Amino acid sequence: MAPPLSERNTGLLWSLREVHFSYSDTPVLRDIDLELRCGRCTGILGPNGSGKTTLLDLLAGLQTPQSGTIEFQGRPMAAWPKKHLARLLALVPQDFMVRFGFSVREVVEMGLHPHLHRFATPSGADRSLIDQALAVTGIAPLADRPVTRLSGGEKQRVAVARALAQRPTVLLLDEATSNLDIHHSLELLHLIRDRFERQDMQVVAVMHDLNLAAFFCDHLIFLKEGRVICQGPTDEVLTPATINAVYGVEAEVTANAFTRCRQVSFRLPASH
Amino acid sequence: MNRRTAAAWMLPLAAVLVFGVALSATLGYLDVSIPDVFAILIAKLRGLDMPAGIDPVAATVVADVRMPRILAAVLVGGLLGVSGAVFQAILLNPLADSYTLGISTGAAFGASLVIVLQIFGLALPPGVTIPIFAFGGGAGTLAVVLFLAAGDRRLSSTSLILAGVIVAAILSAAIGFLKFLADEQVGLIIFWLMGSLAGASWANILLLAPTALLGTLVAVYYSRDLNIMATGDRAATSLGVNTVRLRLVLLAVSTLMTALAVSVSGIIGFVGLIVPHMLRHLIGPDNRLLIPLSFFTGGLLLLVADTLTRAVLPVEVPIGVLTALLGGPFFCFLFKRRQRNGTTAF
Repeated sequence: MAPPLSERNTGLLWSLREVHFSYSDTPVLRDIDLELRCGRCTGILGPNGSGKTTLLDLLAGLQTPQSGTIEFQGRPMAAWPKKHLARLLALVPQDFMVRFGFSVREVVEMGLHPHLHRFATPSGADRSLIDQALAVTGIAPLADRPVTRLSGGEKQRVAVARALAQRPTVLLLDEATSNLDIHHSLELLHLIRDRFERQDMQVVAVMHDLNLAAFFCDHLIFLKEGRVICQGPTDEVLTPATINAVYGVEAEVTANAFTRCRQVSFRLPASH
Repeated sequence: MNRRTAAAWMLPLAAVLVFGVALSATLGYLDVSIPDVFAILIAKLRGLDMPAGIDPVAATVVADVRMPRILAAVLVGGLLGVSGAVFQAILLNPLADSYTLGISTGAAFGASLVIVLQIFGLALPPGVTIPIFAFGGGAGTLAVVLFLAAGDRRLSSTSLILAGVIVAAILSAAIGFLKFLADEQVGLIIFWLMGSLAGASWANILLLAPTALLGTLVAVYYSRDLNIMATGDRAATSLGVNTVRLRLVLLAVSTLMTALAVSVSGIIGFVGLIVPHMLRHLIGPDNRLLIPLSFFTGGLLLLVADTLTRAVLPVEVPIGVLTALLGGPFFCFLFKRRQRNGTTAF
């Protein structure tokens, strides 16, 4: 059992200094100075094309910035061996696509890859880890089905199960629930939140839905046109002013007694 | 997959293959019994004189004519099967294969070029230069095909196969031009286009056997990474798979395997397409099992086909023609079924 949130280790995970990134000639991220810490679920928010996914790719070590430095746990990203990084960071992509008919269990087992020697077969402990990942994501009954035959929501849960089997220090979510209905979204986010609270798994999530972010994240980072517009604890930064500056819509933010977190309603500015 | 399932599939297949080789060696114009085949081979391998009671003609036929051809059939079939499985896994495309990607035609063009260069007085030792030129032709073709298809970042089936067909068409025309230049030696080039194992020698086996062994080992070594590639580049990289290096190494190895197979047998189409396909239906897509089984099944398939044309059919049909006649319709069937399902699920 992990300690309560207030007593958590708030150690530094990533620090980014003057990070610039562009795809060929198009700048995507500019002047990013950030610190991401343990002990809170961090959400990355912003309009389409604001560089959210690219920022996540930089954190995951999937892309390298053209200038600036990114350190993970005090060590430059480039100095981390990829395999070692894969033991600490797991990514749940937005659209989890599998091209051949691997069974659900086979796909979840791939999460063991960074931990297993090339020709090793999974041990008993590994197998129970897989069973557990299948069970908590509710896909145990599908374990022997080909993953190509599953619905979008089921596939997304397979991706989360695989990431859990990877036993990461930090889970990176890239709009992992954007294709799911509200029930499945909430279920998945609750499950991840539970891992964060009880087992100290850190979470950084790119999110689209502000209300889900309000429920899920303790700390928010708002991006617009490749820059950090504002960041801070959810209760402080999720305000009508921020939402207007980032998305250009009028918003009302209320403390909702029913959901017990902040809820946002929007409308277009009157001039429209 | 665990080791027991792997052994349960691999050992019987290997046994069937050994039996197939022995059986095939008895078939042909001259009847030789299976015990005699083994006696001849053991005597040959140990460098002893032929045991009494064995016809010296039969000994020569089995040891120097049939055996190289039979082993070449097994090795070429195995090479094509493994390279097909790897191409499909690395390009995430169940219709990819050295033939549909144009690599076989590229390799045949390289090999034909050697013959034409010889006519023009460039005396290159064919035993060395043909495999090298075949590899150059195959690798060049792959590079062009990937370049043409790369506009589509996911390398979809349609763009990849279309690029393969276009490049193969150009290369076929180029081979036609080489045929025109070759004049009297045209028969040798036609041999590469139609595919045949009739000219296989022990020297070919010395080239094919190590390639098959090493190529298959490399593919098996990376088979778990290949499985993970099926879930997309980004997800694979985040699991610690070096996708760039994996692609480069495996594309190079598969092209080498294809090119050396072509340098011995000419173009034999569709083996690399059909074998991994059938296996995926039987045992699933796990490359750790699929790749070694593709070797055995490809070898067995080509051995059966070559024995048919060598010893059973009244006239010897070139093996490449036979596999294309059987494999082409199969390809059409797969293509049509993919459209109907509207999915990439295989």
